[in-house]
Amino acid sequence: MKDFPYSETKDTRSGFGAGLLELGRTNPNVVALCADLTGSLKMDAFQKECPERFFQVGIAEANMMGLAAGMTIGGKIPFTGTFANFSTGRVYDQIRQSIAYSGKNVKICASHAGLTLGEDGATHQILEDVGMMKMLPHMTVINPCDFNQTKAATIAIADHEGPVYLRFGRPAVPNFTPADQKFEIGKAVILNEGTDVTIVATGHLVWKAILAGKILAEKGISAEIINIHTIKPLDDAAILASVGKTKCVVSAEEHQLNGGLGDSIAQLLGRQLPTPLEMVGVNDSFGESGTPDQLMEKYGLTEQNIVDAAERAMSRK
Amino acid sequence: MNPHNKSIEELNQIASQVRRDIVRMVHAVNSGHPGGSLGCTDYMVSLYFKVMNYSTDFKMDGTGEDLFFLSNGHISPVWYSTLARAGFFDVKELATFRKLNSRLQGHPATEEGLEGIRIASGSLGQGLSVAIGAAQAKKLNKDNSLVYVLMGDGEVEEGQVWEAAMYAAHNKMDNVIATIDKNGQQIDGSTDQVLGLGDLKAKFEAFGWHVLEANGNSFESLLPAFDEAKAASGKGKPVMILMDTEMGFGVDFMMGSHKWHGVAPNDEQLEIALQQLAVEKASDY
Repeated sequence: MKDFPYSETKDTRSGFGAGLLELGRTNPNVVALCADLTGSLKMDAFQKECPERFFQVGIAEANMMGLAAGMTIGGKIPFTGTFANFSTGRVYDQIRQSIAYSGKNVKICASHAGLTLGEDGATHQILEDVGMMKMLPHMTVINPCDFNQTKAATIAIADHEGPVYLRFGRPAVPNFTPADQKFEIGKAVILNEGTDVTIVATGHLVWKAILAGKILAEKGISAEIINIHTIKPLDDAAILASVGKTKCVVSAEEHQLNGGLGDSIAQLLGRQLPTPLEMVGVNDSFGESGTPDQLMEKYGLTEQNIVDAAERAMSRK
Repeated sequence: MNPHNKSIEELNQIASQVRRDIVRMVHAVNSGHPGGSLGCTDYMVSLYFKVMNYSTDFKMDGTGEDLFFLSNGHISPVWYSTLARAGFFDVKELATFRKLNSRLQGHPATEEGLEGIRIASGSLGQGLSVAIGAAQAKKLNKDNSLVYVLMGDGEVEEGQVWEAAMYAAHNKMDNVIATIDKNGQQIDGSTDQVLGLGDLKAKFEAFGWHVLEANGNSFESLLPAFDEAKAASGKGKPVMILMDTEMGFGVDFMMGSHKWHGVAPNDEQLEIALQQLAVEKASDY
């Protein structure tokens, strides 16, 4: 099992803020819109440096999505910023009609996704957003795993023509991906090569998959760990190649099992390579208030849950 | 420059031709929305044959051109006919309206690449936001042209309209000329019965808009209103034209009733409608 050293923990939303600031300096067409959460989204640096390209829209997310769609017509590349809940469920129809169906080049940037939002509770802990977004034709769905990858993803999506949903979060997590790693939309990152089980993880669960890989290694189990930052389009080839080798797979994500990454993998394998699959995620329930660690424990999203799932998957080979 | 710049007499002829297209289009597929389409024909013909500066050589970005957005997308027949008659695409294509593999979808869409359309609409309440966004981009691009948008009156029951109205005033979006088609009708009855709109003039003025009123079924009223709206643009406030129209205008048995919101005429009704919509030199598609 490879080692993944890191020098600090950082929140992925700050990676977004850093990427957006860099875009502000390098791409004059990038504009940013925020629905009264500038500090929470870490958009303040962009706002300060590029005030003429920053649009405070107030607590009016539906209007924000429409404004962003309209701005693309004049050649702008709008990045909208609010919590994941208000970036998706609240404005699904606006995204569907004015952005996705209309093929508009809007980047929907969503923070505080999932249980790790913590104490605010289930009203804000959206666990259905990936499902909603991946169902939309034309939409690309990205959920990076750490600060560096989120920054790189933010920069990369500006060069991608078409609507993108970029999901990130609030807690500080190990910043272990190389700062200079090129972000390729739709391309899986094989973190660790292994032979006994494939673990495909996205977002905050990628680090937990690494921790699980270490535990499994101590048990003599060789895990192949894949960082899937792009849920749609899914890197089918990478998953099929890995699963063809290991013959069993675990998915891990901070999302409902319905509609998430595991659901996409199940579709892929069901169609092309039926293989035992165990899924780590939230099983058809809302979250609640608590610390992020408490919630990840209670809802079964820890490294131990991934280890258990891996052993179950292996036993089904 | 408007590429046509027609006289009022010519506009009346064009409007009758567009109305003939509308009733024939909805009759052919026994579906669609003739009522609002007929009511807004004079507005649409004014924009494309007199008021807006644009090129029929369609470019999505519309740089240097006035833009138009139709928020109440269900009145697509009047827009499609006007776009075709203005030269965006062949009028023969109107025969494909609502049929399989057509670019003329039931509600306007960009997916099939129909010239003249920049956003999908149909789910109500979204067009004002989009228009303001396009206007915001024009300001960033130092493009002094204007952005027009049409909404239905029932449509302003949608909350997003008021989010957009607040944004436009707060951000001094004075390159937006919005219009509300006040026909007083919606699917389930009159707007007064379904959800009273109250005093829209007072409401939009309270939201910080410059509000004008016009008779939307008279070029003699509409054209001066557009002149006044243009004169009011660039002065720090978004502009709203509250436009009184009669649903089904031009066809007597369709006029003034919500019943023709989304119902097509039968063969006999079509004949009567076409007799009422006589044009000196009809050029039906």
